[in-house]
Amino acid sequence: MATVKWPAADKRTLLGKRISRTDGALKSTGAAKYSYDINRPAMLWAKVVVSPHARATLVDVDLAAAAAMAGVKATWKDDTLIGKEVLYAGQIVAAVAAETEEIAEEAARRVKAKFDALEHQVVDTNPALSKDKPNKKDAGNVDDAFTKADVVITGQYGIPVITHCCLEPHGQVTEVRDGEMWVWPSTQAVSSYANGLGDAVGIPQNKIHVDTQHMGGGFGSKFNFDKWGTIGAVLSKQSGRPVKLMLDRDLELAIAGNRPSAFARIKVGAQKDGTITAFESELWGTAGGGGGIPNQNVMPYVFNKIANQRFSGIRIITNRGGARAWRAPNHPQGCFLTMSALADTAAALQMDELEFFLKNVALTDRPQVYEEELKIAADLIGYKQKAHARGDKAPGAIKRGLGMSIHTWGGRGHPSECDVTINADGSVEARCGTQDLGVGTRTCIGIVVAETLGLPLDAVKVQIGKNEFPTSGGSGGSTTIGGISVSSRKAATDALNALCELVAPKLGVAADALEAGDGAIRQTGKVENKVAWKDACSALGVNSITKRGVSVPGDSEKAGLISQGVGGAQMADVSVDIETGIVTINEMVAVQDCGLIVDLKLAESQVYGALIMGITSSLFEEAVYDAKTGRMLNADMEFYRLAGIADVGTLKVHMMTGAAYDDRGVIGIGEPPAISPGAAIANAVANALGVRVPNLPLTPDRVLTALQKGGIV
Amino acid sequence: MSDTTNANDPKDGGLSRRGFLKGIGVGTVATSLISVVAPHAAEKDSRLRGPGEFALTLKVNGQGKSLKVEPRVTLLDALRNRLDITGPKKVCDRGTCGACTVLLDGKPVYSCSLLAVEAEGRDITTVEGIGTPDRMNAVQKAFVQHDAQQCGFCTPGFVTAATAFVRQHPNAGPDEIRRGLGGNLCRCGTYAGMLLAIADAAKAKGGV
Repeated sequence: MATVKWPAADKRTLLGKRISRTDGALKSTGAAKYSYDINRPAMLWAKVVVSPHARATLVDVDLAAAAAMAGVKATWKDDTLIGKEVLYAGQIVAAVAAETEEIAEEAARRVKAKFDALEHQVVDTNPALSKDKPNKKDAGNVDDAFTKADVVITGQYGIPVITHCCLEPHGQVTEVRDGEMWVWPSTQAVSSYANGLGDAVGIPQNKIHVDTQHMGGGFGSKFNFDKWGTIGAVLSKQSGRPVKLMLDRDLELAIAGNRPSAFARIKVGAQKDGTITAFESELWGTAGGGGGIPNQNVMPYVFNKIANQRFSGIRIITNRGGARAWRAPNHPQGCFLTMSALADTAAALQMDELEFFLKNVALTDRPQVYEEELKIAADLIGYKQKAHARGDKAPGAIKRGLGMSIHTWGGRGHPSECDVTINADGSVEARCGTQDLGVGTRTCIGIVVAETLGLPLDAVKVQIGKNEFPTSGGSGGSTTIGGISVSSRKAATDALNALCELVAPKLGVAADALEAGDGAIRQTGKVENKVAWKDACSALGVNSITKRGVSVPGDSEKAGLISQGVGGAQMADVSVDIETGIVTINEMVAVQDCGLIVDLKLAESQVYGALIMGITSSLFEEAVYDAKTGRMLNADMEFYRLAGIADVGTLKVHMMTGAAYDDRGVIGIGEPPAISPGAAIANAVANALGVRVPNLPLTPDRVLTALQKGGIV
Repeated sequence: MSDTTNANDPKDGGLSRRGFLKGIGVGTVATSLISVVAPHAAEKDSRLRGPGEFALTLKVNGQGKSLKVEPRVTLLDALRNRLDITGPKKVCDRGTCGACTVLLDGKPVYSCSLLAVEAEGRDITTVEGIGTPDRMNAVQKAFVQHDAQQCGFCTPGFVTAATAFVRQHPNAGPDEIRRGLGGNLCRCGTYAGMLLAIADAAKAKGGV
């Protein structure tokens, strides 16, 4: 009898191989239809009206002039906000829907929203602006440890608010018809998306049909239907027509992203031999109007067993759009702040940075993993040949340096359900209410089901992206692969066992002596006693087999199918021009474990992508706000720059594989490699220059300022 | 995209977006001036159309497509909103990211920065015209093979730009590719796969 246990390495035909994504051809030919691409018959276009003030009382909204325009079919204003405060520039107060996008845009400009401006606050760099009582942690005897330390360093470091800049903006197409609602949203949580969506138009969740076949990036920012989801429903009901409402680029950047900033004063104490003995941090930052900032759990980051620790954290409330989760919430901030201070400690000790990190891996939860990964990373980047003490002594304006960082993440699978159907003609179908953010979820379900049934990948039709399919969790926190791999494995295994029961008499053995493999049902250990897959299925007659697989995370972990807790090490090789301040990435190396890998090609893609995203945020990204007007100054793609193909240097990815990792079961990969790049790059720049550039992004002005301050130029 | 069209040339029968804006002023006054300026100009030049919707034929992927647009409608919006040709994507909508790239008489242009009327009479090729899932060109095949796409929203623009690039630069090396594809941006971080894919496609027998 087939069991859900993952097959042994020598039995795998698809699992863990390098397999191209099954919807790759749709994407590269433009045939993939994203939410933004859905054009329904008689569809209207909607545009929103927003507050130009970072804080103001909304006095009144007059829709008359907009409603009177030819082609305008529906209007809406937020009555609940009138007489109340808007809290950030870009906050939506009204919306219109019209026959064409151009008319909608013009009509939105004709809405007269009246505000009484109030004093606002968008600055997040000054801790004195916080009204919080600090969140504190104290362990060991910190003061005593600093007194006894051979070296004590202090530094102040910072990482700004950055915004997701999903290429497909937030939004949806909504069609309210006959008391039901059809919605095509750009979301990373299909199964739960409709929860509450119909409240404003009186449509219960069981009459809402959600469909997201392809979506253009979320990175943590697209879990909920948001205000624009409600507006789409209201405008569609009012007009009796489908309505497309996607955020314009400036709003996408200003109000639909926002990863919290983090600034910290850090003090580290260490012994001559490199052992870290004390770590103190005072942290502040913003998540806009609410939410959290990196907490005590990520300070110090990874080196959580440092004997003496003190932490205090405060939040600065700002009149900016609210925070949204970003790949590995809290971790990139905690990582950058901690690893920067630790590299500065190594420099103060005049100790090689790699030697210092290796010396202290004992202070982490997984010393052997980090040691192994750091050594592999060092080999890949040529550390021995290239490493030098802080400050490149080579003549000329171009200074080269190496830096490193390590990170961790959980990544345990979420709850997931999946149906697998075997039809009498031999065709197979899997249905799961999950979504594919571009990581290859669709492909991975296909791999697991095909592997389980002993079929080629293209024999399995995978359907996802609809809330009518079995419920599966939202895609966040690297939880998807651990959810869908188990639910699809269980469903396929149960379906196979049911088929084996039918076929067993034909092969003259008991069902539990049968297995699937090579396109046949065959006797385990005597594979020539077999029946071809198609013939086996024909025994179903007019029926088919459908089984539901359910993954409950705790149970799946106990059964050894999934796990959590991964480690990764990254190194960067950079060049810095000390005349222009420009930082160039020569090479980056990522070494990563994620347990049992379902598709090696797609897992590697996640790591390459994380490196590139990290390079972008390290060198370019910052949501710049004007203190006076309270508005985001770079809510566009010229001045909110993303890295281009020429900016990323040579990238090397090494996945940890083999029995020790396979035996842990499946673990998520999306978040972990996105954590370390900022720290590794900033440490490489410090190694090149001989001075620390304390704030990301490492822009030319910041590099030149640090050089001047350090007395170097 | 100044090399994409000689749109201020009266022979071309159109107006570039910049020329159009220069004529009527920019910003909020623009809408109120259209009705004043345009009829006056029309008396002098009967080839001027608008300001309301007018009929237009665009040649997209080898097929003539009739549609009605206002003069202010960009080629990108005409393709996506009027013709349901949604391969070209709307991302920055101002000539920065390249997601809307199409070929105009074989040259890559940002369709968000061109008015639909400017493309009249020209050969417009979108990603759909470059290849289909069953008949991909060498660039598309290589994008799949090297996983040069994740969410895939930038992919049509990249595939289109890369197709034009490899036609002009067969056997291009990594440095040329880095320079040649600098006009497109990806958020998921697929450049590593793209470098391999485009290098492969540039070497493809029979070209693209």
